[in-house]
Amino acid sequence: MSTIAAIILFTTVIAYAVFGGADFGAGFWDLMAGGTERGDRPRRIIDHSIGPVWEANHVWLIFCFVVLWTCFPEAYASITLTLFVPLTLAAVGIVLRGSGFAFRHAVFRTRDRRVFGALFATSSVLVPYCLGAVAGAIASGRVPDGGRAGDPIGSWINPTSILGGVLAVGTGAFLAATFLVWDAGRLDEAPMVEYFRRRAAGAATAMGVLSLIGVFVLREDAKYLFAGLTTRGLPLVITAAVCGTAALVLLHRQSHSGARLTAVVAVASIVLGWGVAQWDYILPESLTLEAAIAPDGTVIAVLVAVGLATVFILPAFALLYRLDQRGFLPKEGAEDSPGEPRLDSPLPAITKPIGRSSEH
Amino acid sequence: MRWLLAGILAIDPVPWARAQMAFTLAAHIILVPLGVSWALIMLIANYRGVRHGDADALVLAQRWSKYLAVTFAVGAVTGTVLSFEFGLLWPRFMGQWGEAFGIPFLFEGLFFFAEAIFVSIYIFGWRRMKPWPHFFSGVPIVICGIGGSAAVIASNAWMNDPSGFTLDQAGQIIEVDPWGVIFNDAMPLMAAHMVVAAYVVGGFMIASVYAVGMARGRRDRYHRLGFLIPFTVAAIAVPIQIGVGDRLAGWVQENQPVKFAAIALVPETASDVPETLFGRLQDDGTVSGGIAIPGMTSYMTNPSTGTATVIQGLDTVPAGDRPTTSQVNIVHWSWDVMVGIGMLLLLLSLWYGATWLFRRDMPQSRLFLLVASASGVLAVIAMEAGWVVSEVGRQPWIVYNLQRVDDAATANTGVWITFIGIVVLYAALAATTIYVLRTMSIRFKREDHHNQPVPYGPSDGGQSDP
Ligand code: HDD
Ligand code: HEM
Ligand code: HEM
Repeated sequence: MSTIAAIILFTTVIAYAVFGGADFGAGFWDLMAGGTERGDRPRRIIDHSIGPVWEANHVWLIFCFVVLWTCFPEAYASITLTLFVPLTLAAVGIVLRGSGFAFRHAVFRTRDRRVFGALFATSSVLVPYCLGAVAGAIASGRVPDGGRAGDPIGSWINPTSILGGVLAVGTGAFLAATFLVWDAGRLDEAPMVEYFRRRAAGAATAMGVLSLIGVFVLREDAKYLFAGLTTRGLPLVITAAVCGTAALVLLHRQSHSGARLTAVVAVASIVLGWGVAQWDYILPESLTLEAAIAPDGTVIAVLVAVGLATVFILPAFALLYRLDQRGFLPKEGAEDSPGEPRLDSPLPAITKPIGRSSEH
Repeated sequence: MRWLLAGILAIDPVPWARAQMAFTLAAHIILVPLGVSWALIMLIANYRGVRHGDADALVLAQRWSKYLAVTFAVGAVTGTVLSFEFGLLWPRFMGQWGEAFGIPFLFEGLFFFAEAIFVSIYIFGWRRMKPWPHFFSGVPIVICGIGGSAAVIASNAWMNDPSGFTLDQAGQIIEVDPWGVIFNDAMPLMAAHMVVAAYVVGGFMIASVYAVGMARGRRDRYHRLGFLIPFTVAAIAVPIQIGVGDRLAGWVQENQPVKFAAIALVPETASDVPETLFGRLQDDGTVSGGIAIPGMTSYMTNPSTGTATVIQGLDTVPAGDRPTTSQVNIVHWSWDVMVGIGMLLLLLSLWYGATWLFRRDMPQSRLFLLVASASGVLAVIAMEAGWVVSEVGRQPWIVYNLQRVDDAATANTGVWITFIGIVVLYAALAATTIYVLRTMSIRFKREDHHNQPVPYGPSDGGQSDP
């Protein structure tokens, strides 16, 4: 039972890392896009790409929490007690991010849009950093068992947490850039394809370098995790490295959907690698999955929910993405001018050509 | 400096945690009725628009969906804060009871996920989807809204009536029966009361905006329709709400007699208990002030035994196991506010219903529009008061008769800081939400002077139906 619950838990973490991560990453590029004029085009692509899907993407985090507190309540209590500060910051960031993004779409004065946009973009960096730091704290064994509090500060300001935070921001940026290359391609925005391709390549390279540094950090600071990563987690580490490199190559060869896919696999294997490496602990070296698991009845309820999600939610989620990609969910209030974004309009006015094959 | 630091570190987190939880919930719950009921109200307008070719209704539906996009997003982020807070403020509660209390949230998550998906499809689908498929993409929002709030309430009801688990000697949960957790005894009535409340509150909130417009002389068909649809929904829901509330009061009286004693201000077990309107319980156990209607509480509780019905008093449990005097007063006053507003809204709905019946039109008097303009705020106050009755009346228990609030709270002494931060943040959020909604409304008004955008493209054929 504890294995099943752990698999479900990690599935939600991976889903959040991929969908939520790409979402945060889009915010990162929004932040980096520069002044109002220079950043206008990339911001339109970004808006367009995450507009209809951001809310659904974030429900993965809720699922992750709910599975954690139902299946491993003791671990949840310890984590929230110990990591009070970064979790609070993340919650605040989520408020600013979500409302900033929604408001940005609803207001029309440039000044307002700029304020909300800035809130959205900065919190897009704050939230993944905090959550990554939380992951680092757990992975490096800084959270005690028994619903007790660990070090309130050192638990999240330490080498592994910093690594985790930067990795979370960076992988999100990498993912998002590969998605945005593809989106820009779909929108026939050749200069933007190039723009995001350069950024995707940059992010991939930075992540590669960071991972190399990370090896040394973990060897010193998170011994249990390091041991796991170099043994049972090794295949996943290799997969991540291969896919990351492949994404770089594919980007270079303009194979955008291939790059997107390999980027997703790379990020998913990093997260899965973390899970496998700290097996069979939920809180490394203090609480095992087996000791923390809730009674069977609870896990069965989780399985029922997963079953219902597979039958009802996944098709609906797929429908949303499909309608979006087929251009059935255009930006509200935009003018219909296929393939020709109107830069002078007060609204993001990008429309997608319908029925065009999405592959390039 | 040292003493300052020591002082800060010694601040008791419990009252701050309570305040923060209550504050964030009270804020979230204002957005909830909109998420639940606006979808139905919008679909009624959408249906009229497509079925009867009513262009005003169609424009209303489309604009409502755009407002809903904003309130839904704010509801989503404030809700996410709540799920963080369960752990951040009540880690010991979650550590001990998470495997039972947490279960309904699995299903709430599902409902919410589906809701978020279909809200996106509906809001973004206006221009490119065909009218009927687009209409039907809105239907799941209504269902998920009801399901989602029923699921959340199941958790809250479980705190009132903890069931569906087995404890070992040490008080740890060793077995869980998810069905028993979700469908605890308190759940059906509480969930029904909340869902109907959502329609009452949402309907009056939306209608009151148009009532203000009409009172200011904007009596065109568009405003009229914008008033009639939500107001009718709310007016139908009010009598149902009062009926369900009455049943719920009966449940509380049987299962949480101490809470009921606080509601009815009954210090000592007695028969022939009066209904005290307002008034105060004193520390010495006497009731001062207020207007007492002799025998009324006894009579209402069980009409067959009339005023001879015995009501259990606060004195039946030790002082440490029941709400404090000031909490009793809070519960009692909140109760009076909720029921009082409920009765007022009932009168308003009857007025509206009777005028329709006899004159086939809404009441035209200025007084009606004035009261209707206030109905939204009043309904929100009633709902907040109801929650205060429910939550404060349960004190000192977080899980009724099983765990105290003091034993559930976090030990992090910094909660007072996060509390202040959250209050500031939410005040800004509230102001900005209102500002944004107003900006949208002004823009829509400006659009009216030019050409109204027709929601469905001309080639879709949805407009030409007779
Ligand atoms: C528009 C809002 C509204 C209105 C008009 C009423 N209520 Fe209510 N009431 C609520 C909104 C609400 C609520 C906010 O939805 C609560 C809080 C917890 C719950 O389940 O519903 C609630 C709680 C609540 C409780 C406490 C339940 C508990 O402790 O668990 C009782 C006994 C009643 N109500 C009874 C009534 C009666 C007899 C009403 C007759 C006028 C009434 N309510 C009108
Ligand atoms: C599913 C919904 C809800 C859940 C799970 C919930 C849970 C809690 C918890 C855990 C506490 C802290 C412990 C306690 O003081 O008993 C609390 C307190 C409180 N909640 Fe709720 N709550 C819910 C709905 C609401 C809503 C909508 C309101 C809106 C007004 C509300 C008002 C309060 C108040 C006033 C307190 C403080 C009571 C006191 O300490 O005296 N609750 N609630
Ligand atoms: C359909 C209407 C509602 C909407 C749109 C809504 C919105 C949300 C969202 C987005 C979340 C966080 C994400 C999630 O859990 O899925 C949430 C959580 C929460 N909501 Fe609401 N909510 C609704 C109904 C209610 C009601 C009726 C109450 C109680 C009075 C309530 C109280 C809570 C609480 C306590 C949480 C935190 C638990 C959790 O994480 O699941 N919500 N809500």
